[in-house]
Amino acid sequence: MASGSGIGKVTIPGAVLGVLLFVFVLVSIWLSVADRFWFPDLASEHGGSVDTVYVVVLIVTGIAFVATQLLLAYIVTRYGARNGEKAAYWHENARAEAILIGGTAVTLTVLVFLGQYVWYQIYFTDPPEGGMVVEATGQQFQWVFRYPGDDGVFGDLDPTLVAGTNYIGLDRNGAGADDILVVGQMHAVADQPVRVVLRSTDVIHNFHLPHMRVKQDTVPGMSIEVWFTPTETGTYEVACAELCGLGHFRMSGMLIVDATQAEFDQWLEDQLVFQ
Amino acid sequence: MTTHDEHAHPELGFWRKYIFSTDHKIIGIQYIITAMAMAVVGGVLSMLMRLQLGWPGTLWPRLEEIFPVGFAGGAMAPEFYLSLVTMHGTIMVFFLFTAVLTGGFGNYLIPLQIGARDMAFPLLNALSYWTFLLSCITILGALFAAGGAPLGGWTAYAPLSALPEMGPGQGDGMTLWILAIALFTASGLMGGLNYVTTLLTMRTKGMSMMRLPLTQWALFITAILGTLAFPVLLAAGILLTFDRIGGTSFFVPAGLFTAAGAAVEHSGGHPLLWQHLFWFFGHPEVYIVLLPAMGIASDILSTFARKPIFSYKMMVYSMSAIAFLSFIVWGHHMFLSGMNPFLGSLFTLTTLLIAIPSAVKTFNWLGTILGARIQFTVPMLFALGFVSTFISGGLSGIFLGTSASDIAMHDTYFVVGHFHLVMAVAPLFAAFAGVYFWFPKMFGRMMNMTAGKVHFWISFVGVNCVFFSMHAAGVIGHLRRIYDPTQYAFLEPVYGMNQFISISAFVLGAAQILFLVNFFASIWLGPKAGVNPWNATTLEWTVPSPPGHGNFGPELPVVERWAFDYSMPGAKEDFVMQTEAPTRVESS
Repeated sequence: MASGSGIGKVTIPGAVLGVLLFVFVLVSIWLSVADRFWFPDLASEHGGSVDTVYVVVLIVTGIAFVATQLLLAYIVTRYGARNGEKAAYWHENARAEAILIGGTAVTLTVLVFLGQYVWYQIYFTDPPEGGMVVEATGQQFQWVFRYPGDDGVFGDLDPTLVAGTNYIGLDRNGAGADDILVVGQMHAVADQPVRVVLRSTDVIHNFHLPHMRVKQDTVPGMSIEVWFTPTETGTYEVACAELCGLGHFRMSGMLIVDATQAEFDQWLEDQLVFQ
Repeated sequence: MTTHDEHAHPELGFWRKYIFSTDHKIIGIQYIITAMAMAVVGGVLSMLMRLQLGWPGTLWPRLEEIFPVGFAGGAMAPEFYLSLVTMHGTIMVFFLFTAVLTGGFGNYLIPLQIGARDMAFPLLNALSYWTFLLSCITILGALFAAGGAPLGGWTAYAPLSALPEMGPGQGDGMTLWILAIALFTASGLMGGLNYVTTLLTMRTKGMSMMRLPLTQWALFITAILGTLAFPVLLAAGILLTFDRIGGTSFFVPAGLFTAAGAAVEHSGGHPLLWQHLFWFFGHPEVYIVLLPAMGIASDILSTFARKPIFSYKMMVYSMSAIAFLSFIVWGHHMFLSGMNPFLGSLFTLTTLLIAIPSAVKTFNWLGTILGARIQFTVPMLFALGFVSTFISGGLSGIFLGTSASDIAMHDTYFVVGHFHLVMAVAPLFAAFAGVYFWFPKMFGRMMNMTAGKVHFWISFVGVNCVFFSMHAAGVIGHLRRIYDPTQYAFLEPVYGMNQFISISAFVLGAAQILFLVNFFASIWLGPKAGVNPWNATTLEWTVPSPPGHGNFGPELPVVERWAFDYSMPGAKEDFVMQTEAPTRVESS
């Protein structure tokens, strides 16, 4: 058999696969950058940095994706079999491999540090002074929000007190006397940090505010805190993002971001009649 | 151990030869066909899911006749949808991929490719298969349990999985699920011990470890992974069972109550313990599926590139590195679980570390086909499809492995698209490549290659339409495991996409019927295959198709070289068998 070197034959299946891969890369780029396939509109302060990490990872992996898929497309198109001809016989190239491994390692290291910078800002930074606190309790299949009332302290909970609209077993004696319970609706004030204390009374749920880039499991037996600062007034959806049972899909709620503290106070006062 | 003596009296009856066999080849084929049957069930479940997601709320009176409970009133019930999610995931991960790649190809290929007459423990091997079959029946039984199949997902997060009162299907259905998984892990352990022993002790003369085909290296490493990871899942399942029926509280804390206000009588457990145990098994499981696929794809790429595998040593080292690292990345499934966020940083680091050996493998596959003379056979097309989908799915994993961007992507269809491409489509393509490639050896006949090509082209376009679109839906925010996305206004942009994905999925599903028909028809009707129809180099291609009991003739083969001498300069043909002595090659 003749020794092969250089390019081979362009075959029909090779060319078809090459063209398909090329088209696939174009469509992938469109899917990745087109507005209609983008995140829900951003409405929180830290959310911009989450989106930035995503964009940086998109650029880095995008380059790797386009380069490798197009190389694959090129190879399958240009290196088809030709009758009676051998392929090239080489199977080591330590230098090329060292460069590729080194390049990958450096790129990934940069991604780790960038991502962790944002991660630390979100999880290891205390909320600024003067914000509000709200407790969000997940239970099959609703969100129960609790504001601590004038004393700023949440009352005790006791599962044996669960009855009627007291969905979380709030003890109305002591600090719990002025707590305000609201099912399915949470209010916050624009540009004021909100600290959310997450709890669950049955299974794992996930407190998800798509527009705020907030997503955190609520775990029975644990009390987990997250905080965010809404930047835009409006009405936003609250979702459950962790499978919690048959009603998981409808375990939604509303977050209303008020423009002023006065509006918020008024809403809170309106809730008193339901307590 | 099997000796050559058994080869002398091959006249076994039908039942001993094909059903209660201890021959590794029959057991391998039994695994493959059983896994195919399970795949049909798992596939149908996914089609029903796509029906609901594409057209939520639509009435299907015909389906109500088939599923009177699941479609009561004509529309799919939410709990039915969730049990589809749970059973599809469970069946595909365990009963298709793990079973077909390690049980099927592992059993069939290990003795044939290393020059042994059978596995080290043939009876244990048969026991492993029958335990697997029992686990298949048990998991299918969960579909018919009172209250329906479990609805907590294949990850079975506690306390949803620990407390039967938390949902339909969490009673008997969940109990059967745990039992099936326990039987499966027992079967996997028997297989794994057998593979490791066979590969270490029964290689023929000249078959050093560094002369093994990459499929064998992959199976060896996978068997070690399985032997270490399966017991953890088994232990977790036992603890979960104690919580469910023994009154213990490993995974359930105090103070819980049901939606009806009834107190739950547990205290002292922690839900995250289940997640740690599950994912300590679960992430190695990803590689239990992926490594054999990588090995099979590597060997097939080299064969039809007619070119040696690029950097064999790095292929072995990178698989070993992936296997080791796979035990220290499990926390990337738990970034938002409530575990200490400091661990999130640590697991981001280890997760991106594992991307390095994965990148090495991709470079080496591309290096293998660069400068090649590619023969576009059906197995090669699927192996190339494996490379492409592995690249896509592997890269999208970086968004999820970076904890900060995972805040946006976690529990969305981005995750669903990612893991399907990388641990379902890529291994499936490798498995298809393997079936088309070794079918002539298994049954002595070729599959129909025109049908195979149609199967490939539809599948390759189809998987990208389905799973790449899912990534985009995930960025928009489409949550996974939700029965009806129209409940959320912010998901409005995905409604139309869901219909596109569903229609693509139906076409993709239909193309698999073509494969099944081709497979079974070719067993009896395919053209006869020769000893070495692909001009490949490894030992199984030196014996008749199908090989007799005992695999090799009176003498075991002696191995003279590695498995990748394709297009060697000076050789007469463009391939040199592993048994060819150096002196016999030079005559050009």
